[in-house]
Parts: sequence; C-alpha cells; structure tokens
Amino acid sequence: MAALWWRRLPGLRGAVRGLSGKKEYDLLVVGGGSGGLACAKEAAQFGRKVAVLDYVEPSPQGTKWGLGGTCVNVGCIPKKLMHQAALLGSAVRDAQHYGWNIAQPVHHTWSVMAQAVQNYVKSLNWGHRVQLQDKKVKYFNMKGSFSDPYTVCGLTKGGKETIVTAENIVIATGGRPKYPTHIAGALEYGITSDDLFWLKESPGKTLVVGASFSLECAGFLTGIGLDATVMMRSIALRGFDQQMASLVTEHMESYGTKFLKRCLPTKVEKLESNRLQVTWKNTELGTEETDSFDTVMWAVGRAPDTETLNLETAGVKTNSETGKIVVDASEATSVPHIYAIGDITEGRPELTPTAIAAGRLLARRLFGQSSELMDYDNVPTTVFTPLEYGCVGLSEEAAVQCYGSDNIEVYHAYYKPLEFTVAERDATQCYMKMVCLRESEQRILGLHFIGPNAGEVIQGFALGIKCGATYPQLMKTIGIHPTCAEEVTKLHITKRSGLDATVTGC
Amino acid sequence: QEAAKYEKKVMVLDFVMPTPLGNSWGLGGTCVNVGCIPKKLMHQAALLGQALQDSRKFGWQFAEEVKHNWMTMTESIQNYIGSLNWGYRVALREKKVTYENAYGEFVGPHTIKATNKRGVEKLYTAERFLIATGERPRYLGIPGDKEYCLSSDDLFSLPYCPGKTLVIGASYVALECAGFLAGLGLDVTVMVRSILLRGFDQDIANKIGEYMEEHGISFIREFVPIKIEEGTPGRLKVTAKSTKGNQIIAGEYNTVLLAIGKRDACTRNIGLDKVGVKINEKTGKIPVNDEEQTNVPYIYAIGDILQDKLELTPVAIQAGRLLVQRLYAGATRKCDYVNVPTTVFTPLEYGACGYSEEAAVEKFGEENIEVYHSHFWPLEWTVPSRDNNKCYAKIICNIQDNERVIGFHVLGPNAGEVTQGFAAAMKCGLTKEQLDSTIGIHPVCAE
Repeated sequence: MAALWWRRLPGLRGAVRGLSGKKEYDLLVVGGGSGGLACAKEAAQFGRKVAVLDYVEPSPQGTKWGLGGTCVNVGCIPKKLMHQAALLGSAVRDAQHYGWNIAQPVHHTWSVMAQAVQNYVKSLNWGHRVQLQDKKVKYFNMKGSFSDPYTVCGLTKGGKETIVTAENIVIATGGRPKYPTHIAGALEYGITSDDLFWLKESPGKTLVVGASFSLECAGFLTGIGLDATVMMRSIALRGFDQQMASLVTEHMESYGTKFLKRCLPTKVEKLESNRLQVTWKNTELGTEETDSFDTVMWAVGRAPDTETLNLETAGVKTNSETGKIVVDASEATSVPHIYAIGDITEGRPELTPTAIAAGRLLARRLFGQSSELMDYDNVPTTVFTPLEYGCVGLSEEAAVQCYGSDNIEVYHAYYKPLEFTVAERDATQCYMKMVCLRESEQRILGLHFIGPNAGEVIQGFALGIKCGATYPQLMKTIGIHPTCAEEVTKLHITKRSGLDATVTGC
Repeated sequence: QEAAKYEKKVMVLDFVMPTPLGNSWGLGGTCVNVGCIPKKLMHQAALLGQALQDSRKFGWQFAEEVKHNWMTMTESIQNYIGSLNWGYRVALREKKVTYENAYGEFVGPHTIKATNKRGVEKLYTAERFLIATGERPRYLGIPGDKEYCLSSDDLFSLPYCPGKTLVIGASYVALECAGFLAGLGLDVTVMVRSILLRGFDQDIANKIGEYMEEHGISFIREFVPIKIEEGTPGRLKVTAKSTKGNQIIAGEYNTVLLAIGKRDACTRNIGLDKVGVKINEKTGKIPVNDEEQTNVPYIYAIGDILQDKLELTPVAIQAGRLLVQRLYAGATRKCDYVNVPTTVFTPLEYGACGYSEEAAVEKFGEENIEVYHSHFWPLEWTVPSRDNNKCYAKIICNIQDNERVIGFHVLGPNAGEVTQGFAAAMKCGLTKEQLDSTIGIHPVCAE
C-alpha cells in the first residue's frame, strides 16, 4: 500500500527523501558487470550496506543472460573459450606431426562446444550470485532508472517496482552492440556478439561486419571449420598499432578467413531458403556486389547503455557525441555522490580489468580512507585472433607523433616458436617490436608481440613498464629457454639500421 | 660468433665423446642436441596428447582410439636438430670462424692439440682461449649402469619406443622426462632417493610431484638402485635398497633412464694442468672471477663448467657475448647472474625467478618476508573439467625493502611465457605496490 502511495507522488517523495538524509543503502550499484560487482563486493568488505541492480534487456533476437555483465556472458569469457576451441583444432593437426595417430575425418560440432561454454557461463552467473549473498550484498534483478539524484526506481521483468535510495550511487551499466539501423534488414536479420555465443545451432557460413572484435569472431569461426568472411570499411583494429594490425589480418588471410576490404553493406534480405542475401558497395572498385550467408553478425561498435537510466533527472552529464558518462579522475560524474565506472564512462578503455580496478579503488576511496586514484596509463591488452596480438604502451605511430621519429628507437624481430618447427607451421607473422625513447636511458614506451600465448607473454612486461623499464634493463634480463617470450629480452636489431630482423639460431 | 664480428681470427673446436651406448651428435652442444630443444619438443608432444583429449570437450570429434608413434616423433625432432647443427656450421662459415670437429686439450702455454675422430692430431696456438666444454650425465657407479641404462644423452634419439620406463633421479631432467614419457602413454615410474628438485622451492616441488602422481606416474620414494641386470627377455631387472632400512625391492622395465641430477664437467682430460688452470678437484668445475676469467689470465671459461654459476643456456650465451664485447669492443658490462629466471617443463610447468621461500626465510628471516599466494583455474581448463585447484602462484616480498618482490613462482600452463616478463620487472626493482597497480590482461593466467 505504501508503495502505491509513493508512486502517485514521485516528485514529492523524492524531495522528502533528499531532505530527510537517511538513505537505505550506503552504496547502490546499477549494473552487475565486471566493474559493478567488483565495486559492490569491495564496499561490502568495509561493512557497508550495499545493493546491486542488474538487468539484461533481451537483444533484438531475444537473447538474454544472467548476472555478471558483458565479460562473463557475451564477451571475454565465451570469446576466449571459443578461441580455445579453434586453437585446439590446430593442435589436433599439429599432434599428427608429433607422432599422434588420429583417424580422419576430424570435424567440429558447434552444439557440443556451445553447450559446454554456456554451461560454464551459467556456473559463473551462479557463482556471482552466491558471492553477493556471502558478502551480504543485496541483489535486485531489476532495470534501474533515476527518480532523483539519490533514488533509483527498479523495475522487474513482470513490471513490479521497487524504490531504492542510497548515499552513493555507481553507474556501471556498460554498453551493448550497435546495429547499423540505416541498413535495410540489419535489425531484423542480423545478430551481434550478444547472440553469437548463445546460438544453439552452428552459424554456418558467416559474414562478420566490422574491423576489431569481428577479427576475433571470424578467427575462431574459421578455426572450427566454418566459412567466415570479414567485411571492413577501412582499417583494421583502429587505435592499435597499424603495422601489428596488418600482420594480424595477413595471418588470418593465410589461415583461411576471407576479407572484403573497403566494403560497405547496403542491405540484407532474407531468401526463400532462409539464407541471407547481403548486398554491399565496394568503395575501391566502385562496384556493387552480393553474396548469401547463413548468418550476418554486426560488430561495428558498442553504444553506452544509458537510454533508460533517466540520467537527466539525476543531473548526470554525458558526452554529446558518444553518449558516455563524463567522469573525473576519481570516477565522479557531474553529480558529486554519483559515480560511473567501466564501459559506460567517457575516455576510458573498454576492458574488464580496468573496470574492476576502478570499481575496487572507488570503493576504497569511499569507504576505506584511501586516496589512491586509478592509473589508466600503460594498460596491457590482448587481441585473441588466431595468431594472438598482445601489447602495452604506445603504438609506433603514437610514439612518433608524441616524440618525433628522431627521438624514438624501435627494436624488432621476426621469430619462430619452437613448437611450430616440428608442426611445420607458418611463422611469417610471428613478430615483436619494442618502441623506446632514443635518449640515454632508453625508457620503453611500448611493447608489441604477435604469437601464441601473447597475453601470457605481455603481462609480466607490463609490470616492467609500470616500473619505468628501460631497454638496458630488459637486455640485462636473462631469457628463459626455450620460450617465445625470451626473444623480447634479446631484441637488438633496430628498424633504423635496416638490417634483417629475423632471429637465427639458438 | 660475437668475436668474429670484431674481425678477430677465431677457431672453434667441438667434439662429442660417444655415450656408453655409442650415441653421438653434431655441432651445437647439449641444449640443441640432448637438452632444451628436444626436451621441449617431446614435452610439446605430450601436451598435444592432452590437447587432443580437451578438444573433444570443445566440440572436436574423431575416433576414440588415439595412439602415439615414438618413431614418427623422434624422426621429426632429429630432423629439426639436424637443421640446427647445419645452421650453426653455415653461420660459423659465413662469419669466417674456423671450425674443427676435434677433441681439444692443452699441451703447453697458448698451445692446444686437436685430435679428430680418425686420430689425426694438429697443434694450434691462440692469444686467448675460452673453455666452454659443458658437462655430461653422471652414472651411478653400480653394476650394470653403463651397460644397460640410458641417460638424457641417449633418450632423444632412441630408435625404438622406450616402453615401460624407470626413471632414476629427481632432478628437473628426471621429472621432465618422466612427465613427457607418461604423457605419450607410457608406463612410467620414478625412483627418488630423497627430495624432488633439490635447490628449487620445495613447496612447489612437492606440488609438481603430487600432480604427476595424480596423473598416472608412480613414485618409489627413499630407495636407491644397487644393481641393474637383464631380466626376462627384453626387460631389465632393477634391484633397489631402501635409504631408511634394509628393505630390498626389485622390478622389471623395458628402459631405465638415469637422471640423478649430477653432471660431470668436461674438464678432467683437457690438459688444464699443463697450463695451470685451477679446477675444483671434487666437482671438476672451474672457478672464475666476475669477468669469467680463470686463474690463468689468457684463459676464460663460460657455461655449465663454471663453479657456482647456473647451468642454463641463456646464461652461457649472455656470458659469452658480454665477455667478447669486453675483450674486443671496449665494453664494461658484466653478466648479471642475479634473478635469472628459469622454467621446469614438467606436465604442470613451473616458472621461477629469484628466491625460493626457504632461501628467502633463511636470508631475511621469516618475519621480514611476506608471501602472497593464490590458486587459479586456467579458463581453458574449465570446459574440459581439468583440475581446478592445482595451478598456483606465489610472490615473496621483502618487507624491509618497500615490499620488493624477491621471489616469483608460478605453477601452470605456459609458465615460461608468463615468467619471462615478471623477471624483467624484477630486474627493474618491482615492488608489491607496483604489481598491485598494474592492470591485468583478461582472461589469461598471468593476470
């Protein structure tokens, strides 16, 4: 009864609440993803009363999932597992060179993989719920929107409302894949990453439109034996070192992924056979081309999930171009007690570990007497394409732009992983480069590595860069033999010298 | 190769004394022929066997029965090694380094005698000499050891599948070999006198042993072999005595592999006494100063034969290069032997850099160190339901020095790839705070 009365007079209630002071919760987190959950759990450790609101609006195709956010459900986790499935396909081939007798044919069944991946993701959803319970964080499976700066109205799937008030609010609602709605048929017939990992049946012959995440997807689809094509408007992996991006796509081409470069899709139609007919413009040749696919996946960028939050009511400002929430170095929005972390924030990397770190540090600053701010510099990352690309620090272009090409030195090497030798695998694109300042200390500005286990290789070096590592310090480090990573400690050929950068011998 | 860059007239003498069973190999030394390279490739073969099993859980389908063919693997590996031997010969030729496949021994000051396979002798003189003769596996000195046992010098080119194998020893060589042999489907037993991986962090060494046991390798602990002889046709009979009492046991195996962790330095028969180079009489190793110089000023030494230095390929390479740069290029940089990272390629790989926990406690005192640790489950192991509590990592910090990271240990897949970067960071003086403020790459084990 009380709830009904409050609803009829929302404005009054809000004003009364704001004045009354005592809020239900010390911290309310809107969004139960990587950042939100980390923040909530950390705050709870300080004995605070914390609540989390999490809700998944089904994708246009109807896909939805549980607690945990993008990373767990439709991002990093299922992506890496499917990438692993593809890598294992290569392992099966390699094994034969190493003496394993495997009767042909060898084939891959999507549904076995998808089921296994989906089951694991569901166990993570469950794990998160248990953790929240253990840490006494109240969890609401509701869609939140601001009624006033201290009040969020949560709506369940069935339409039931719950009002939640808090002293501090953290917005961590993340983003969702964009649909190119100006293309006819894009919304009706296309899927996105939100759907790919939850497909029960194989996507079959697939067209992935986009030039970043699309590469990872097309990569593993090719690896498990499907016909996959990437359609790109211009450059691949925008924002990443472009020499490395070319090596990545070159490898994918030799691996079997098809590329439609400099092409723009114009329409998607459904055929009688249920296949999809895609028409596109080849901007280089000026021609119009067409082909049919079983699945069309859009990977053309992500949009912040702020539409239904009612941010104006709370007074939270967003960037007019991107729609993301503007925050300062302490993650505070334009409203002092409202914060934002993760993919929803303007100018921050869209990565799980940064969201988690930002969330934890925020909780410590709010409730743990800490003043430590998040350091967004030199954040390492890895692209899990068939031949992986790991990097930390500046790309060569960025370093040149920042310091001038005369003031930087680039050490590089083409190497061959030992495991590729017996397996007779092509190592043409296995390459690494270190971008350093040229002056006496030779501080390392960026490290780029393409090869197997790129993430494992780069992580430790990222630590080194955090410590201000210089080229001489890296050269003093003895290598571990035989690994790929040791080649980083042996880099000595500069681009400037023009010498052959192929590693020879032991 | 480095010296040749400075236009010095360089000669290399390389010679491989055949093993007791008659095996020999080409240019390149232990690492290339009977060490790191074939070891890692056989380890990879074993890992691929595991990958085949995992792949089914990820949707790959192929016939249930999968068998391994030892000969196919060994042939591929030996071909690759052959290409490396050839590559070295070509490289030496291109750099105008004179190479002789001959056994070298000092006969007088600045003079060395080179004897080739056919017994032809030649004398050479040089301004400076570098001894880098390495070591060979040591035998037990019990009846039957040289006649019947293999060492790592024989295993990697074995022209038949070793079958049911007994590995004697608990060195990293013993455990790595036992590990990949089991991974290839063979019945493997390891006989250990006392502890595993002497010199390594014992907490981790025990975890490695446990993992191997849980994955099908039998361990016979606290026994030493006393006799090896022929058993039933095609098999060897090994008799062993307990180190704790009088119990005697015997077992039969197709192959007995000796890897007792001691290697004999190749320094006894190269005429060092003729030029006055002092060696440690007990170990045969050569003591050098921090510029790799022996007590005889024009004679230097590097690699496995050095006293109190690490027996690792990258260390030898680094020492060699820097030595030459100091001699001929006016450089002053010395080889940095501190915080040298290493990896043991057992089924569950172990990467380490810096102090073991015991060594840290001994050096700094338990109250002055902090050990941070964690078990982790590699994402790739979830779907195939592999062990969820075996992978482990720990860092040891010196509280009195800003919580500087003085020891790093990781037990898990790709341990070498993970450890390398951390070793570089430790070289930069990594502290716990800096570690905490570094963002992880997701999802990988190293994070």
